[in-house]
Amino acid sequence: MQTILSIGADALAYGMVLFVISIGLSVTMGLMKVVNLAHGAFAMIGGYVASYVTQQMGLHFAVGTVAAVLFCVVLAFPMERLLFRRIYGAPELIQVLMTIGITFIIIGIANWLMGPTLKTIALPDSLRGPVDIGFRTIAAHKIFAAAVGGAVALGLWYLIERTSFGIKLRASVDDTAMAGALGIRTKIVYSVSFAIAIGLAALGGVVGAQLLPIEPYYALHYMVTFLVVVSVGGAGSIPGALVACLLLGAVKTTGSYLWPEFGNFFFYLAVIAIVSVFPNGLMGRAK
Amino acid sequence: MSNDAKTMTIWQRGLRSDLIACLLIGLIAVICFYAMPSGLSLLTRIIAIMLLVLSIDLVTGYGGVATLGHAALFGAGAYAAGIAAAKFGITDPLLMLLIGTIAGAIAGFLSSLVILRGHGLSQLVLSIAVIMLAREAANKFSTWTGGSDGLSGIAPSPLLGMWRFDLWGKTSYWLAVILLLVVFLILRQIVRSPFGMLVKAIRQDPIRVSAMGAPVYWTLVKMYVISGAVAGLGGALSAVATKVVGLDALSFELSAEAVVMLVLGGTANLFGAMIGTTVFIWFEHLVSSVNPFHWLTIVGVLLVTVVLFAPRGLTGIADQLRDKFGKGGAK
Repeated sequence: MQTILSIGADALAYGMVLFVISIGLSVTMGLMKVVNLAHGAFAMIGGYVASYVTQQMGLHFAVGTVAAVLFCVVLAFPMERLLFRRIYGAPELIQVLMTIGITFIIIGIANWLMGPTLKTIALPDSLRGPVDIGFRTIAAHKIFAAAVGGAVALGLWYLIERTSFGIKLRASVDDTAMAGALGIRTKIVYSVSFAIAIGLAALGGVVGAQLLPIEPYYALHYMVTFLVVVSVGGAGSIPGALVACLLLGAVKTTGSYLWPEFGNFFFYLAVIAIVSVFPNGLMGRAK
Repeated sequence: MSNDAKTMTIWQRGLRSDLIACLLIGLIAVICFYAMPSGLSLLTRIIAIMLLVLSIDLVTGYGGVATLGHAALFGAGAYAAGIAAAKFGITDPLLMLLIGTIAGAIAGFLSSLVILRGHGLSQLVLSIAVIMLAREAANKFSTWTGGSDGLSGIAPSPLLGMWRFDLWGKTSYWLAVILLLVVFLILRQIVRSPFGMLVKAIRQDPIRVSAMGAPVYWTLVKMYVISGAVAGLGGALSAVATKVVGLDALSFELSAEAVVMLVLGGTANLFGAMIGTTVFIWFEHLVSSVNPFHWLTIVGVLLVTVVLFAPRGLTGIADQLRDKFGKGGAK
């Protein structure tokens, strides 16, 4: 029983970190139809910025987080304009190749600027210690990550389903030409959504840095994981991504607890099983 | 003479141009042999990867299947040949190549059953899951595969009992060149055959092909088996030539790089696969000897440039130039 609870707590934390990072990718892939493998690279950039601000400049964790998100959002606009806009609607393989290329460039630059070593982000005292939750203690940053995940899920759901921006976004996605004819400035809507997605990646990179440590190959190591999460959940679906993250987090954590040798093995077996049965993901829209 | 050319069937004309292409490849191989006697192992490696890229061209270029897990078939061939030699004492190189080819075909069959279930994004993810699973399996069953240390102790006996595998890699180089020529000739016939045409048609419009009554799924499975055989042969060749098999033969990175080489060269004409592989590995060899991280950045820039400015690859550029300046050429 104790083991089951421990697994559950760890799986929840891991799944929520995955969720915060992957949900941005789910938005780009589901709504804007771009397979952006460079998504993890933006999470990594966010992590680097937060690490620089908190360690080198000695500022508070909150400042670091905000700086990371802002930096990536500002970076996202020119990249969307110059690079990503050209591959909207291209075949998946072409999108994959280009975004892998962007990832490689970012890895090269990150290594050149920051060096190959692991970077840590200085946490405030309130997030550092363990917290007693009755049956066991959990690191506070894991609870924080789970809370951020929940907040992001709610906020994003509200933005897409309940605001006028969300309506414009969904209209642009369903029929760009028609939305444009109705006076929606679709290019701006796309730019802003892309920037939001990248901002979420940066937030996830910072919040998840304790579980997914920041180093130059971060972008490559977790690239596959994020992509898998989105396609299991169904691109563009927030509840789908949430379920996928919790499910895959549970599979991975259970695997690593009970059969540490074969943790990844079960992870990918589960992926094959789920995607074979639900080619559009658990909650994706049929094409 | 001109009358002869007219009465020749399309098939014969195709065969003639294939033979000319083979002569050209053979000539380049001879020139390379004398021009860079110290680089034969690099050239052999290029040819082994070339077989992998050719096999991807069959399913991706001709069949339109998006895969980032094709190294699984290459690795299957490499490990099968390596295990046969190191654990069962089957050291005849031709037999090793045969075992690798069969293993690749079987791996192609099995992975196609999984990968062809998806389309677009789900297909990519399934192919990635396949390569990851294969790699984990090879890593964990280390009594058979040597795990992360790699499989060593592969000692192929002399080729046909006559040519030893020497230190400079002359034997393996010529073996590789001959294999490449044979595979190239066979593949050209396959892609030109009614079966090859059917595969091309599936890429253009699978629904229409199935409405015509042709089996879409099983045709692609068949192509995958052929592709697996070619990739497995490439893997076995690398096992014979380098005498070790490492986990990198089963990596996502190799799969992705091979697709990059294919797109760089140009898809669906087999020449692009060969040109792209040569250019890519040659370039990699030059740059990575300076700094591996610069190599990564340069590959990135290369990828972005190709996608933005030359989506049809190097052979696509050549075609455009020919259309622009030539008198129409062969087309």
